[in-house]
Amino acid sequence: MSSIEFRKDLFADERDDNLKEIGKPTVRQDILGHVTGRTPYYDDHLFDGMLHMRAVRSPHHHAEIRSIDTSAAERMPGVRRVATARDVPNNLNTLLSLINFGRDDEPLCAHDKVRYRGEAVAWVIADTERQARDAVAAVRVDYSVLRHVLDVEEALAPGAPVVNEVYPNNSFDYHAKYDHQKLRFGDVNAAFARADHVIEAEYQMSPIEQAPIETCGAIAAPETNDRFVCHTNTQALFFSLGTTAKLLDMASSRLHFIGGTAGGGFGGKVDSIVEPTAVLGAVLTGRPVKFAWDRHEEMQVGAPRGGERWRLKDGVMHDGRIIAREFTGFFDSGAYMRLSPYAIIKGTGHLPGPYSIPNVASNVYCCITNRTPATAMRGFGITAVDFAIECQMDRIAEAVGMNPVELRILNAYRDGDMKAHRRKAKNTALIECCQVAASKANWPISASAASQSSLAGGGQGDRGAIPESATDEEGRIGDRRQGKVATTSPSKSASGRVPAGTHTEAIVGAPVQNPDMQIDAERIGHRMGAAPTVPTASTTTSPPATPTSAAPPALAPGQPVAPPAPPSVPAPPVAASPVAPQQPAARSPVTPAPYEPAQPFNRGVKRPGSSPFTSGFRRR
Amino acid sequence: MPKAPVTFILNDAEAALFVDAGAPLIDVLRRGVGDLTPKHGCGQGTCGACTVLIDGKAHLSCLTLAETVEGKRVDTTAGLAGGPQLHALQDAFIEGFAAQCGFCTSGMLMAAKALLDANPDPSRAEVIEAISGNLCRCTGYEPIVDAILTAAARTQRRAV
Repeated sequence: MSSIEFRKDLFADERDDNLKEIGKPTVRQDILGHVTGRTPYYDDHLFDGMLHMRAVRSPHHHAEIRSIDTSAAERMPGVRRVATARDVPNNLNTLLSLINFGRDDEPLCAHDKVRYRGEAVAWVIADTERQARDAVAAVRVDYSVLRHVLDVEEALAPGAPVVNEVYPNNSFDYHAKYDHQKLRFGDVNAAFARADHVIEAEYQMSPIEQAPIETCGAIAAPETNDRFVCHTNTQALFFSLGTTAKLLDMASSRLHFIGGTAGGGFGGKVDSIVEPTAVLGAVLTGRPVKFAWDRHEEMQVGAPRGGERWRLKDGVMHDGRIIAREFTGFFDSGAYMRLSPYAIIKGTGHLPGPYSIPNVASNVYCCITNRTPATAMRGFGITAVDFAIECQMDRIAEAVGMNPVELRILNAYRDGDMKAHRRKAKNTALIECCQVAASKANWPISASAASQSSLAGGGQGDRGAIPESATDEEGRIGDRRQGKVATTSPSKSASGRVPAGTHTEAIVGAPVQNPDMQIDAERIGHRMGAAPTVPTASTTTSPPATPTSAAPPALAPGQPVAPPAPPSVPAPPVAASPVAPQQPAARSPVTPAPYEPAQPFNRGVKRPGSSPFTSGFRRR
Repeated sequence: MPKAPVTFILNDAEAALFVDAGAPLIDVLRRGVGDLTPKHGCGQGTCGACTVLIDGKAHLSCLTLAETVEGKRVDTTAGLAGGPQLHALQDAFIEGFAAQCGFCTSGMLMAAKALLDANPDPSRAEVIEAISGNLCRCTGYEPIVDAILTAAARTQRRAV
């Protein structure tokens, strides 16, 4: 039945063949419960006297709340309590505040104004769901409708209405400096000037709802010892617990969260909204309370994958080599930030896609609009730009008259190539993917393309080195709103240059908001055996043209390739001590001693503090 | 709220209880009887997670008024297995990895049972048609269709 095909011929030396689980049929440990209907989802916990909680929701995209009249609803049959923002002890949060990322920008219940259609402005708790629905319809809210903005670029324009006062420029503040996330690698403008073709296109994604079959919901009930139990289908149990503790100003020890069984999630159940709401209901009534979204709410209020707009500009030579790629990206975060700014940082590390391009520049904006807030969904931050990149590759192939698969193989990254975020590519397999896909699709490719390997030729010469990079300081926080910045794309003129082999200011100059988030060479990457893969060309003292990594000798196409020999001397790590960001020149004296594993290892990741679940067989 | 007496056969046992007028069958099964196997996915008849058999035919219990099953036979996933002996569909779902989150599985099994009871040897197209009212967001349907065909083939072989 299985259609999985294992290609042991590729990277044959990297895997053991005596795998115990992978490639063999297995039985899910939870499937007996699934097929007998006994798997306990949150709604399968029965409580006597459980009340039902429903939200009163905004019909407007953007409106000031002048008054809320709950008196009629409170007199409705079965209604136990009507709650508003006043009942939430600490009504402001941001989802990633638990890791100290971003500013608190989102109330659990709107109080001064609503910022998206469907935002909760009050709740009704009643004996039955029907009674709660009827009472919701009886809550009168006096709105004064405000001008709204639903388009990312309109939101950045100087005259756009301010959606969320916590971010008055309608964009996330990156590194306390810019209104966008910058990436500068090489000099794209110089490369565009000498390119044979310059290809530009814009790609627009729609928001996508995760649409799990089980909608978001939670049941909270008072427990003995002044605690509250919460059965939930969250995908992020401890985020939900921490968020509830913060919003309700309760010690987390008073919260007993039970989860782990979700009827589908796909990223849509991480936002921790139903849990604090249900616990609030239980606190206010002293009774078990269920707060669950119906299907309409799941679609309207449930946070989707945000819409993204990407503009790509590529400089290409006649032979198909891409010498420069420029991105201008806009994430539609909706009315609140949640996870979107983080997704942009993650996504920027992915640029320019799985290709080795010597000059890359990118400006990515996390925009606030009056849309439903966006959240996680299956590779968010990567998926949309990959769609744009691969469409763009086909456009390039058309422009230069080349086989699109061969174009991808020609430009594919290989082991040891320097990526634009200044880490070397490892475990690359795009070439092999293209070759297998072409053969499966009976798509002819040349013998030369068919004999390429991700293991050969990577990291050689300039491919493995960080180039001299043009930098600029365009797009400081607030400038755009004052009309000082005309364009959103990366600057056409450089205001500075950083020498080859160095990280740019955008990486080392920005203060991290939490020491835990310090990007530290000891904490990233996957170092195997005695062969650290920290980019050794990254200190200012290294001449740019001589990458110190051991590049494999050029091999004839098709010949089995041995992995690169490890350098005999461990290279010094590049990162500063986590106390403060420092200039590149000042970093070398405080270089900590390289981490030495207690015992030699070549499988899995066994750094101190690393997750036991992080593992993987890496190339030696 | 007015109550109505309802008596029906639920998985070979008689269920007799008072239900709220206008209450959907799923609420009566889940909260009234305590049979939690039908799942509430949408409440509007689009997802099929609440599928049960009424007199052998697949019905959406969220859109069926409880009063209308008076005197009828209702089958849910809770009655699918005969004691410790799993139904052929359940075995095939287990072996074929035909469930991930499991939320649609109860409804899927009921829709498949209705099909196999009426047509023991369905074609692939007939299987796809039979579960077309049941949404699954995890599996992509292929393992489910394969499992139903496997169960049908095994049952046929046993019958011959």
